[in-house]
Amino acid sequence: MLHIAKRRTVADRVFTGGLIACGVLAIVPLISVVWTTLSRGSERLDIDFFTQSMRGITGAGGGALHAIMGTLLITASATLIAVPIAFGTALWLTEYAASTTSPAVKALARTVRGVIDVLAGIPSIVAGLFMYAVIALTLGPGYRSGFAGAVALALIMIPVVERSGEEVLARVPAELKEAGLALGAPQWSVILRVVLPTALPGLVSALLLGISRIIGETAPLLLVAGFTDSMNYNLSAGRMISLPVYVYSQWQNKGVDAQAYDARAWSAALVLLAGVLLLHGLAGLVIRLQRQNRQVRRARR
Amino acid sequence: MPLKQFGRELLVIDVLAPSDTVRSSGARHENAPHLSEVYPPGAPQLRQASHRDVLRIFSVVAAVVTLLLLGGVVVFLAIEGAPALAGTSENLPAGASSIWALAGPLLFGSLWASALAIAVAAPLGIGVALFSVLVMRGALGRWLGTAIDVLAAVPSVVYGLWGLMVVAPQTVRIYNWLATHLGWIPFFAGQPSTTGRTICTAALVLAIMILPIVSSVSREAIRLVPSSSIEGAQALGATRQEMIRRVVLPEARSGIMAGIMLALGRALGETMAVAMVLSATPFLVSFRLLSSQNPGTVAAYIAQNYPEAHGLEVNALVWLGLLLFAVTFVVSFFARLVVRRSSGGSR
Repeated sequence: MLHIAKRRTVADRVFTGGLIACGVLAIVPLISVVWTTLSRGSERLDIDFFTQSMRGITGAGGGALHAIMGTLLITASATLIAVPIAFGTALWLTEYAASTTSPAVKALARTVRGVIDVLAGIPSIVAGLFMYAVIALTLGPGYRSGFAGAVALALIMIPVVERSGEEVLARVPAELKEAGLALGAPQWSVILRVVLPTALPGLVSALLLGISRIIGETAPLLLVAGFTDSMNYNLSAGRMISLPVYVYSQWQNKGVDAQAYDARAWSAALVLLAGVLLLHGLAGLVIRLQRQNRQVRRARR
Repeated sequence: MPLKQFGRELLVIDVLAPSDTVRSSGARHENAPHLSEVYPPGAPQLRQASHRDVLRIFSVVAAVVTLLLLGGVVVFLAIEGAPALAGTSENLPAGASSIWALAGPLLFGSLWASALAIAVAAPLGIGVALFSVLVMRGALGRWLGTAIDVLAAVPSVVYGLWGLMVVAPQTVRIYNWLATHLGWIPFFAGQPSTTGRTICTAALVLAIMILPIVSSVSREAIRLVPSSSIEGAQALGATRQEMIRRVVLPEARSGIMAGIMLALGRALGETMAVAMVLSATPFLVSFRLLSSQNPGTVAAYIAQNYPEAHGLEVNALVWLGLLLFAVTFVVSFFARLVVRRSSGGSR
């Protein structure tokens, strides 16, 4: 009897030890990634890095202003394209398709959900190739622009934002909607004045997470936006580089002074990482603020 | 229509219109008569307001655009990729005799690297999830969960740089040790790589990238296990290990499987990190982990060869992209099948 109990205790200890080891082991790469990026990235994080492009630079010096501007322009336009489609689809699924009894609409809603699942699984490079195929078949294979990159990124962003948006919209309490409808408001008015304001913080956080998902994308931009050493503020024509592509091209096309290229790559990686973490932090903050607000309101009652 | 002159009446009628109302809540009491029974649909004047619903039109258009997007992806990739089917060793990348001779080894490489990554990430991710929910309850466990989720936010180029400059050099000594002492195992046979840019390193980096997917989905699945089941097992005197093995894991199985399949799809499509870390040899099919000769992956091959490709080579890369999409689609399809079956089985 006794040794069975002992064996069980030992098995339990070993197992728990294994779980603790998993927890510790999983943290190691995170610390390593963040630490390496911080220590190697801070080397070239000077004023030049934020005020100069790489035009005419073949060794040390230069900066990533063109890549930072490119990232901002491309990400902003991708967001502008993706958001109406993503939130519109989410709204249709949660509000309109859910309130119908027509079997045709129900089937359509199921299809749309399935399509979103498939879209969410598209590898990012395939999104880039798709955009290349569209360009090659319409404008000719040589066309590169920031806008083409933005469309490819929007394709990646739509399922991400739609899914979390749908989740947020579905969580709006039915009582609120019913109260609005019972007061005689038409459905569009209930959506605009009740559903959307209630869901707003969640939608904002869905949006921020969607942006953080695409801001680090490299592969699609590599294919359709290309890389350049110069500034380009024109989204519709000419190659436009973004920070992740900058990291890749600095590493890939090293000149004579390899150290300088590596240092710039790490600095760009650091800026990128900081941006992504900031977006994540903001998304979390928005949600937390909303929760606090709700608790305060509940307490007042 | 006289109704239009009386805004108030219109509103009332809108409330009663069967298409737009209380049905949306889903909270209707089961025994209550449905609105459509009280006000049967088909009375034309009741549908007035919905015609002016701009919001509805907008959302329908958005949904249709989403539908068309998927069709567009498949059609455009197929049209632009199809010419590569007629390619010969004259005009295909790397002098491949046909597109399939090029695609086969690369598809193998993608599947092999992803399988290795899952072999590392699945046990680790489930372990982390169990640890943060059942062992480290409270703030520290939550903090660990958030920290692991940060791993998911790190862009893949950063992982590429890190894998290349930190992981690969560190692993060279380990690989040498493995090759000398465990070289009789076929996976470790042969001369180990001197740069560390092997499929094993690539798979390790991939594993770290997909770890947060496995762990966050598993964490949600484990949280959903009823606490009454867990407390019941504990009340019967089960140790933590017994409780996890007999109660938690069987209950959370379908959720955990879903997480693993999701992670597999992600690993298959990962491009930049693999393209930067792995030094690949074309047309190679090999199970050796530590060699300097490694099979490439589809996604990384596309990214590496696209900048210099011209003519039919580009069409070949587009066709490879379509194949990759098909493979990830099949994986996610089977994932859903597995999840449905295992969740049906446990009930």
